[in-house]
Amino acid sequence: MESTFQKRLGWTGAVILIGLFALVPVVWIISLSFKDPTTIGDGNFFPTKVTWDNYNSIFSQSIFTDALRNSIGIALISTVLAVFIACFAAYAIARLDFPGKTILLLASLGIAMFPPISIVGPLYNLWRNIGLYDTWPGLIIPYMTFALPLSIFVLSTFFREIPWELEQAAQVDGATPYQAFVKVIAPLAAPGIFTTGILVFMICWNDFVFASTLTSTNSAETVPAAIAAFPGASQFTEPIGTIAAAAVIVTIPVIIIVLVFQRRIVAGLTAGAVKG
Amino acid sequence: MAEIALEHITKRYGDGYEAVKDLNLDVTDGEFMILVGPSGCGKSTALRMVAGLEDITAGELKIGGQLMNDRAPKDRDIAMVFQNYALYPHMTVRENMGFALKLAKTPDEEINQKVTEAAKILDLEQHLDRKPANLSGGQRQRVAMGRAIVRNPSAFLMDEPLSNLDAKLRVQMRTEIARIQQRFETTTIYVTHDQTEALTLGDRIAVMRAGLLQQVGPPSELYGHPKNLFVAGFIGSPSMNFLPGEIDGDSIKLPLGTFRIPDSVRSRLEAGPGGGRKGVVVGMRPEDFEDASIVGDRGQGITFKAKIDVLESMGSEFYAYFVVQSERIASRELEELASDAGGADLPQQDGSQITARLDAASTVSQGQDSELWFNTDHIHLFDPESGQTLLGSNGAAAA
Repeated sequence: MESTFQKRLGWTGAVILIGLFALVPVVWIISLSFKDPTTIGDGNFFPTKVTWDNYNSIFSQSIFTDALRNSIGIALISTVLAVFIACFAAYAIARLDFPGKTILLLASLGIAMFPPISIVGPLYNLWRNIGLYDTWPGLIIPYMTFALPLSIFVLSTFFREIPWELEQAAQVDGATPYQAFVKVIAPLAAPGIFTTGILVFMICWNDFVFASTLTSTNSAETVPAAIAAFPGASQFTEPIGTIAAAAVIVTIPVIIIVLVFQRRIVAGLTAGAVKG
Repeated sequence: MAEIALEHITKRYGDGYEAVKDLNLDVTDGEFMILVGPSGCGKSTALRMVAGLEDITAGELKIGGQLMNDRAPKDRDIAMVFQNYALYPHMTVRENMGFALKLAKTPDEEINQKVTEAAKILDLEQHLDRKPANLSGGQRQRVAMGRAIVRNPSAFLMDEPLSNLDAKLRVQMRTEIARIQQRFETTTIYVTHDQTEALTLGDRIAVMRAGLLQQVGPPSELYGHPKNLFVAGFIGSPSMNFLPGEIDGDSIKLPLGTFRIPDSVRSRLEAGPGGGRKGVVVGMRPEDFEDASIVGDRGQGITFKAKIDVLESMGSEFYAYFVVQSERIASRELEELASDAGGADLPQQDGSQITARLDAASTVSQGQDSELWFNTDHIHLFDPESGQTLLGSNGAAAA
């Protein structure tokens, strides 16, 4: 009895510790976003004077609102395109036997593992030369390159779990292979497609390396890159308050998505990994 | 409605494995044809080639006289019932059954009417708006049947449709399927590994083994005149008993005793291919045995003593199991049958295990030496090497 109580105590302690470790930085940045410039450096954990100025200021600056628009647009387009293409690729990998299937899967995994920083330099030069620098496609293309392999990998596990007979039944019922896919397979794979979409969206949404290198103006800069370029009140002040406020704003959609869909994301990531 | 013709159909996989070898089969219009055999005999592959789910390596497939080899499944006008039913989990029963009609762009009204009609036949009316996940096994099976019949296709293909049901439901659905097939008179090819299903359902049965067609015929012919050891052992339950025997002039010497060859068997033996042979395999159906004490006229048969190892009462009859000292019959076909039935895992006994079906009035008891009688009129004789029957068919065989 006592041992279970001690165990419980130990676990509670550990959970609290980990929770603090994870949450303190988040609370700290929220706290910073409510401090006014005079108290920003006072080192107090909670703001002594709460102000909404930082939020008002970022939403009145076009650098942030434009960046928000770019972020949403670029992330959404990349996600939709990547998931759409990955659907077909993953379906082929799950269903068809063709030479080089394993190599294709390994290669796509390899690309997903590639450090973005190593290709961002050459890409910068290339984009400058062909006119993709500082444009939406200029970011969408590299995002898709990195999102596709992951999507294909996750989606093919989903497709593999759908009984093949369903598709054959549809074919015998008079469906073309395309109809069988759209009317039978895709609806059943919907949770998987959804999960993949969320994962891809977060990758694009959070990216900093590509965004900061391949964009320079309001026309394509996304929020993470724009935050880094926030102007201070004067040449000698760091715009800490506004950076904190912007960071809080961009985190909100991600937190909402994760909270709403956390079960699905976990199921998606582990699909096929556990079940024999 | 259409006849289905398989002409020299062969299926060879990429690794050279031949699942179906030179299969010739004519299924006439409205016929209920059963493909039966142990697992891995190629029966499902053959069915899937008819459905168009598997490419045909060689040979011609004709449905209604038209060459179908390269047509997509959707253009063959066939309906298939899968072993695991393959119901669309995201659709209601109504949508499942109407899916094919919807794809064919049938007006909603007509779909509704046809689905309702089929649901009435299958007793599914109150389940039309439920999803497959909320149905019992038997109901799912009926939905799968319903999906096939609403389309009124030229042929039904069924791939072990009852094997996922428990024993009682299986018998029920078996009669249901027979009734539906008779009602619609649709050409049907039905794959099963269960010989009881085959015997009870089929107009004709095609027995397959290792990709090769063994024998095609009505159930009575397969039961009464099996062409080889494999068919003899596969069809019938409990299955046929085999003992090594020796033909000596007018009589046959068995480990059970020597008897004169009955005239009916003699004439067929002379008409058969293996005349003059000495060593034979003698096949005896369990029902040709009887408790000697209740047999009035023991004329056509031999009486012998056996120690009953196990006696099972079926209520209406007894199954008596005993061992007869004899040499083992070395036959690949019989070994295959035994391993298919799981017999290979049983401890090997000396001699041959015999199953006898005795009348309920029998007084034999387990563990006792009992006097049994065996009717020699219905024996089957096989070539021990090739496994082929030694009996030719005469007038009686065609019956």
